[in-house]
Amino acid sequence: MVDVMNGSAIAASGLRKAYKDKVVLDGVDLDVRTGTVFALLGPNGAGKTTTVNVLTTLLVPDAGKVVVAGHDVVTETRAVRAAIGVTGQFASVDDLLTGEENLLLMADLLHLPRAEGKRVAGRLLDRFDLVDAAGEPAVSYSGGMRRKLDLAMTLVGKPRIIFLDEPTTGLDPRSRRTVWEIIRELVAGGTTIFLTTQYLEEADELAGRIAVLDKGRVVAEGTADELKRRVPGSHVRLRFTRRRDLDVAAQVLHESTRDDEELTLRVPGDGGVRSLRALLERLDAHSIDVEDLSVHTPDLDDVFLALTSHRTTEVTAR
Amino acid sequence: MSVISASLADSATMLRRNLRHTTRNPLTVFNAVIMPIVLMFLMVYILGDAFDVGVSYADYATPGLIMTTICYGIGPTATAVNSDMTTGFINRLRVMHVSRAAVLNAHVITTMLRSLVAIVFVIGVALLMGFRPSASFAQWLGVIGVVVLTILAIGWLTVAFGLAAKTPESAGLAAVPLMLLPFLSSAFVPAGTMGPGAREFAQYQPFTSIIETLRGLLTGAPSAGSAVTAIAWCAGLTAIGYLWARVSFSKRG
Repeated sequence: MVDVMNGSAIAASGLRKAYKDKVVLDGVDLDVRTGTVFALLGPNGAGKTTTVNVLTTLLVPDAGKVVVAGHDVVTETRAVRAAIGVTGQFASVDDLLTGEENLLLMADLLHLPRAEGKRVAGRLLDRFDLVDAAGEPAVSYSGGMRRKLDLAMTLVGKPRIIFLDEPTTGLDPRSRRTVWEIIRELVAGGTTIFLTTQYLEEADELAGRIAVLDKGRVVAEGTADELKRRVPGSHVRLRFTRRRDLDVAAQVLHESTRDDEELTLRVPGDGGVRSLRALLERLDAHSIDVEDLSVHTPDLDDVFLALTSHRTTEVTAR
Repeated sequence: MSVISASLADSATMLRRNLRHTTRNPLTVFNAVIMPIVLMFLMVYILGDAFDVGVSYADYATPGLIMTTICYGIGPTATAVNSDMTTGFINRLRVMHVSRAAVLNAHVITTMLRSLVAIVFVIGVALLMGFRPSASFAQWLGVIGVVVLTILAIGWLTVAFGLAAKTPESAGLAAVPLMLLPFLSSAFVPAGTMGPGAREFAQYQPFTSIIETLRGLLTGAPSAGSAVTAIAWCAGLTAIGYLWARVSFSKRG
């Protein structure tokens, strides 16, 4: 399971962590390939931050083994720390220092020579579009700027593996896009990214592989497409005004499922133009009046709802 | 770089950062200075004549005001330590392998420097108000030594309190008992003149022996007995604060 030789940046098996009698992680296995983006998706309280804290040496697990960048997080803490960068859930910048001073503080703590620290800080300010604000104290920064500074501080040490705990929570859409772009650039440069998120869109957008965490367990793992295949397929939903139309349509389209209360019919299909046209032609041929038509393709939301504890009747009724 | 020199370099970096906080926020020094000066006015000009302490009241009160200055100056330390813990800044430092010692030492040294600056101010004002110390050079060194030991003790206790507190606001409360303790000591009136209960408390609490030691040194009549007690208290409180801080720091992980 834990296969370091084969390009695993992060390999965790059987992680358990409990606080008193509250189980937070209940046997988590993860395997993240080098140079990929891995998203840990889960609702609040699923154990995402605890997982990040264990993987980043901040928390010792009760049981299980974690190898990050080829080193055991419990016994080779120092080597792991040298390879990773972490941006926590709340931007951890020093409010009273300016943006530039924050970056230089990181450079000093990494024991970079003064001139190199200056150069790295200048480059990061430039790259994150913070040059104009570089001399302002971080307390005056907007949420998006703080996040960018936070990420820039993480990058001073040129980490090979970066952990981002809910990197875009609380950001406006534009700042979120900026953070996504930065993440893509990092991956293009060979960095491995482990991110946690509550946003399915984010996981879908960025991650090669996604693990869904619920109540301290990984309930599903795979690519976005693989996960989508695990929920009911695409379908077309037809709504009628008269019971008679529904009756006739249900007879003609015998592969469909009907809902008498809502006067709707659910017809399996990919929702493509060609199959849609064929469907409409069949309805026309039997002079069935359709009030409303909608195409439904499953997205990660369906997967999420299906797999985590917030099950809906639609999924369980399948 | 060896482990020790790396830790020293990190301590220096963290100290520079903390001092920058202090210069960005000079109110922290002002707060430490202003209350003792107000108290001094009150005591020396308004109430001082009411007490017969055997010497000029400014001479009597100044050692107590030095103690008060230390106590009023530690609020920002508790708050600063706590916000490092609660904002997640500490996690960033821990992942960078910055040692616990570097983080905590820097806070204690910052407290030390800030308090010393405030004490120099307060002594300056005391001199203007009639404080006439008769200490020799060696006795002044003794004064500095006792002050440094006292700040160390109170500094470590405050750092520990800041680590243990849940929020920066509650950490700020660390200063409250310390602000009250000088009044229940021989800072402003001799313990012997207090009512029963208060008198015994004042006689045996650590501040009284520290203040008596300073008073003895500043008036050129040091008392070895109170000096030994004061140093023992400082060493004991420093040890408690240091150990408590270590435990709290690890717990926060």
